[in-house]
Amino acid sequence: MISMIMVLNQKGEIMISRQYRDDVSRVAADSFRIQVIAAKEASSQPPIKRIENCSFLYTRHLNMYFVALTKSNVNPALVFEYLFQKIRVLKAYLGEEFDESSMRNNMTLIYELMDETMDFGYPQNCAVDVLRLYINLGNVKPQDEPEPEQLTKQITGAIDWRREGIRYKKNEVYIDVLESVNLLISSSGNILRSEVTGKVQMNTKLTGMPECKFGLNDKLVIEKESTGARKKPGVEIDDCTFHRCVRLGKFDADRTITFIPPDGEFELMRYRVNDNVNLPFRLIPAVQEEGQTKCSINLKVIANFSEKLFATHVVIKVPVPKNTSKSKIKNSFGRAKYEPEQNAIVWRIKRFPGKAECMLSVDLELVRTVRPKAWVRPPINVEFQVPMFTASGVHVRFLRVYDKSGYHTNRWVRYITKAGGYQVRI
Amino acid sequence: MAPKDGTPSGGGSDSRFFNTNKKGEMHELRMELHSTDRNIKVDAVKKVIASMTVGKDVSMLFTDVLNCAQTANIELKKLVYLYLINYAKSQPELTLLAVNTFVKDASDPNPLIRALAVRTMGCIRVDRITEYLCEPLGRALRDEDPYVRKTAAVCVAKLYDIAPELVRERGFIETLHDLISDSNPSVVANGVAALSEISETSGRDVMKISASVLQKLLAALNECTEWGQVFILDSLAKYTPADAREAEGIIERVTPRLQHANSAVVMSAVKVILSYMDVMGGGAHADSIRALTRKLAPPLVTLLNSEPEIQYVALRNINLIVQKRPNILENEIKVFFCKYNDPIYVKMEKLEIIIKLVSEKNIDQVLLELKEYATEVDVDFVRKSVSAIGRCAVKLDRAAERCIGVLLELIQTKVNYVVQESVIVIKDIFRRYPNRYESIIATLCDNLDTLDEPQAKAAMIWIIGEYAERIDNADELLDAFLETFEEEDPAVQLQLLTATVKCFLKNPEETQDMVQRVLDLATEESDNPDLRDRGFIYWRLLSTDPEAAKLVVLGDKPVIEDDTFRLEPNLLNVLVGQIATLSSIYHKPPEAFVVRAKRGATGSDGMGVGDLGDDIEEGDEEEYEDDNDVNRGGGGDDLLDIGGLSMNDNAASSNYGNLGLEPDMFGAPTPSVAEPEARMSKVCAPEKSGGIELWAGFRQVQGAVKLELDVRNISSNVPVSTLAIQLNKNSFGLSPAAQQIMCNPPIPVGGSGRHSVELVVNPAMLVQAPAGQPASPQIQVAIKNMTTGLVFYFAVNFAFEVLFSPDGALERATFIESWKSIDDKKELYGTVSDLPPASTDIDQVAAKFKAHHIFLIARRPVPNAEGQEVAYFSMRTTTGMVFMAELTFKKGVNAAKVCLKTEQIAYGVQAKVALETLLRS
Repeated sequence: MISMIMVLNQKGEIMISRQYRDDVSRVAADSFRIQVIAAKEASSQPPIKRIENCSFLYTRHLNMYFVALTKSNVNPALVFEYLFQKIRVLKAYLGEEFDESSMRNNMTLIYELMDETMDFGYPQNCAVDVLRLYINLGNVKPQDEPEPEQLTKQITGAIDWRREGIRYKKNEVYIDVLESVNLLISSSGNILRSEVTGKVQMNTKLTGMPECKFGLNDKLVIEKESTGARKKPGVEIDDCTFHRCVRLGKFDADRTITFIPPDGEFELMRYRVNDNVNLPFRLIPAVQEEGQTKCSINLKVIANFSEKLFATHVVIKVPVPKNTSKSKIKNSFGRAKYEPEQNAIVWRIKRFPGKAECMLSVDLELVRTVRPKAWVRPPINVEFQVPMFTASGVHVRFLRVYDKSGYHTNRWVRYITKAGGYQVRI
Repeated sequence: MAPKDGTPSGGGSDSRFFNTNKKGEMHELRMELHSTDRNIKVDAVKKVIASMTVGKDVSMLFTDVLNCAQTANIELKKLVYLYLINYAKSQPELTLLAVNTFVKDASDPNPLIRALAVRTMGCIRVDRITEYLCEPLGRALRDEDPYVRKTAAVCVAKLYDIAPELVRERGFIETLHDLISDSNPSVVANGVAALSEISETSGRDVMKISASVLQKLLAALNECTEWGQVFILDSLAKYTPADAREAEGIIERVTPRLQHANSAVVMSAVKVILSYMDVMGGGAHADSIRALTRKLAPPLVTLLNSEPEIQYVALRNINLIVQKRPNILENEIKVFFCKYNDPIYVKMEKLEIIIKLVSEKNIDQVLLELKEYATEVDVDFVRKSVSAIGRCAVKLDRAAERCIGVLLELIQTKVNYVVQESVIVIKDIFRRYPNRYESIIATLCDNLDTLDEPQAKAAMIWIIGEYAERIDNADELLDAFLETFEEEDPAVQLQLLTATVKCFLKNPEETQDMVQRVLDLATEESDNPDLRDRGFIYWRLLSTDPEAAKLVVLGDKPVIEDDTFRLEPNLLNVLVGQIATLSSIYHKPPEAFVVRAKRGATGSDGMGVGDLGDDIEEGDEEEYEDDNDVNRGGGGDDLLDIGGLSMNDNAASSNYGNLGLEPDMFGAPTPSVAEPEARMSKVCAPEKSGGIELWAGFRQVQGAVKLELDVRNISSNVPVSTLAIQLNKNSFGLSPAAQQIMCNPPIPVGGSGRHSVELVVNPAMLVQAPAGQPASPQIQVAIKNMTTGLVFYFAVNFAFEVLFSPDGALERATFIESWKSIDDKKELYGTVSDLPPASTDIDQVAAKFKAHHIFLIARRPVPNAEGQEVAYFSMRTTTGMVFMAELTFKKGVNAAKVCLKTEQIAYGVQAKVALETLLRS
């Protein structure tokens, strides 16, 4: 199991270290500093490095390295998941962008968290809501700190993600369905890969320990339910994973999603859809290199979604050769300009209506280079957000909340589709 | 939901504690630690911890900090405990002062404090404190509060690490067993974690999964935390189900885990399913296997949408999975296509998998991808992509032409490293498909100037030499290279030498001067023994018998094979059992990198693991990966021809003249079994021994150890008549009684003959195994053909059972006494699965063993376990080493557990391997 967790800064200095076993020592930080940090290996080399029988598994947050050291044959996925959760816990305590100085400012708190979330190298409870009940910022205790016995039941209980006795005047659930579309089109215009990865995020404000049942328009479920006439086609979901509150056995048996939710925000599920993806944008590029000094690029972009909707934050990055000296840009919508530090024409469109078409044409002048080398032509990259649209066609069919008291629940559902890696090779 | 303010509201920020760099700092701190003001005290302890964090020694404040432990303030207590854990080892005497506080805290009314005390005590590795730990730990394991129990469960593992005998004496292992039935899932999870760890460190199965334990684990699996699920799944993976039905039943309960958001849970579930699929076999369960195969693909693909670190872990594992069960992902090749912004290490792993999944069906798509990658920025990735194209060509006969087309296009880009890499792979394609694509040689020759790397140069020179008759100006081209002969890399020099000789043999008139020059350069000007030796051999060959030289140098070379599936099957099986561990990342068995792991403790398939481990440790990972490819097909002719040119450069070039044999090169032979007859294995291919093939095995004849040698003359025109044999020093001290082997009558081409070489134990030939390491089973043999003067080498694994003497049966009482007296640390433990039916019945096993002088001492049924029976065996070697074994069989299961005890621990592995091999045979 894990022998030691260290957090190092960019210089390789130990900011925090907690030893769980005595088969490694602080000195190991030196070899990590020399062989990984100083060698600038971190971004290109694998995140698992063995130096003299000691394995270093590491990940980064901003410019800090979170490193797990071990000499045994650990489960590496477990180690990384722990490191990620550790970072998540710290974000919850110190803020999303916690940095070196906020780490130093809260050193004792972090030691406490390290002690509580791992014992002898075995990860223990990392649920923020529960940790927060007994590990607090500074010396201020919350007023409703539960009795120790109550607390330990909570920490070790089967439902360790929710505490009892939660009350709300208004019972509400917010559901966000967030999709990102990954697309890769070859330079000849063929779709090489199109895939949607989606997640369902919830924010629950519910009283008591409510039982929830959640349904998407999952093809397998719909085919089972609607026999005969009114058959609505569902979406074929290739695979999904669930928050640990969901009863996996039940899902495996009949694909129903049932759970007692954590209080507040959490990610209920992730899913993947490969077939019948509605691509929000179509791109038709044409690139012409004329000799060594001239190059022209034409790009047509078509919005494929309904005219009632619109896309926001559209950014299209059209790569240009490094030796570009002058550019002449014509575009029909938004603003496009040459950004030399990105080696690209960056075209920003704040609001892109559905079914609209727009054009970009660029004429480039290139500087002659001493040793001409073919331009590597990185792909065109597109970013966008389309609210109230799902590229997979997934939508929420129902969310039922059952509680002893039988209260009424208000539900709000939002959809948004973003670009994941949306790339067109040229 | 998260408070965005990072600063604690009380007491200001902790960073001020780091700023204590002034004189008399320690004195000041000491004063503060003794302050009556609680806040000052807490601040002082924080300063101490801050100094500790930056690596400053604050151990001199030990007693002062310890004083602060007597407090009701949990925050302060935790800080003091943290300090204690850090410095306890350096101040063992003083640490004892803290015992009282611990003992008191361990019975505090607040369960958080009780748990804290037990947790901390377990981390203090001071011998004497452990005595005081047992009392509170015993109580904590039965505490009414689950939080305390779960903490205590882990503490047992901590104690076992310091004082295993205390854990056994106090019966804590039994208490852990009770915790598996605990009503609280977190307690069960930590109990499982502790038991698994103790099993692993002790090498004994203390986990003991019985039918009822199994049900409890499966029930807890649904309820406990994600980490707990991982612990439980990992321990299930070590369990061997009794039969296919049980396997299927467990798999059914495990498959829902594939949907968990935590990738570690998913990976561990995959591991359980994969290892149980083996138990299910095929046949009646073919349908279930097919269904599982379909179920496994989506979660594996989903893992590739996770963070890059997880992707990397998943990809390394998938690499093994596609080798073991290629059909799981055969239709998913697209998901392994690289994204432009994937980290390089992810791209590299994806490429490996693409090559493994490439087939006639998807080759066109794959080629388009690879061509795209070959234009990217990262040089290593581009090179690997180019080389991947070559590997596709070598793998898929019908696509080879298309691959070559792409390579030629890439050569046109004139990008230096692309051209070089292309040349290197084209050489391999030529070797795979001789006389098919020579038309492209002209294009290659146009790019000679681009080549500046030794490997690419060597490849190009090989091509020129090999096809000299089709290149008009071959001699001129070589001549150009010869100008810089002395500055070239040894690999290039070797190739130049060989190519020039080839050129000369094909066209003697024009190149006489050149060959003379190169032979002079090689033999007189060079310091490199490889080059000199090769030069002399050519010289002698050319001067004595040019026709023979032609046969040797221009002889047909064995066709190389595709190296995509290169993990050796035994190793692959071991690694598939190690999915979701570091072992699956490094592609090495755990013994190769975990220092304290016991050999064979991982369970199934202990055979060969030990020696594989040794081989692997010799080189680094990269070398290991590449080792088997080309050499497996063409090992022999490296000697005089392509040394330094195969895909793995270093191994091949150091081959010639390297007397310390590298076992890998010969395709590590499996230990030959001495049935009453010796089981023979091929140890030496004709390519490297002048056309003689050798098979070897061991047997015992009337108490004497014999090395049986089958000599088969495949292509040696000179009949084999007299051989001389010599053994390198080995772990058994064996050496031949006589060095001459007379073949009478001589063996002509196509003939064969068997010869027995008696081996005697000679203390001077003994190599002691390094302390703590098992003895190597390998025996290295050198043979000289006295007629031709050719010397060649091979290595063969000794069959240890050949050493067992007929007086190996121990008295029952002696057996029991010795069994008890041998320390558990000298125990080896493992499971042999997939046994033939005859090896599951103790009577038959005993009969078979007896023929090999392994004697049944006693047998008895296992109490409380129906259908299980243990049998005890003893054996003694002719050199006086005694081994005792306990074999456990279960009715209807074709596997046996083997437990072996001996004082000669270095040879324990050998004896265990011998038993397992006999069981399997």
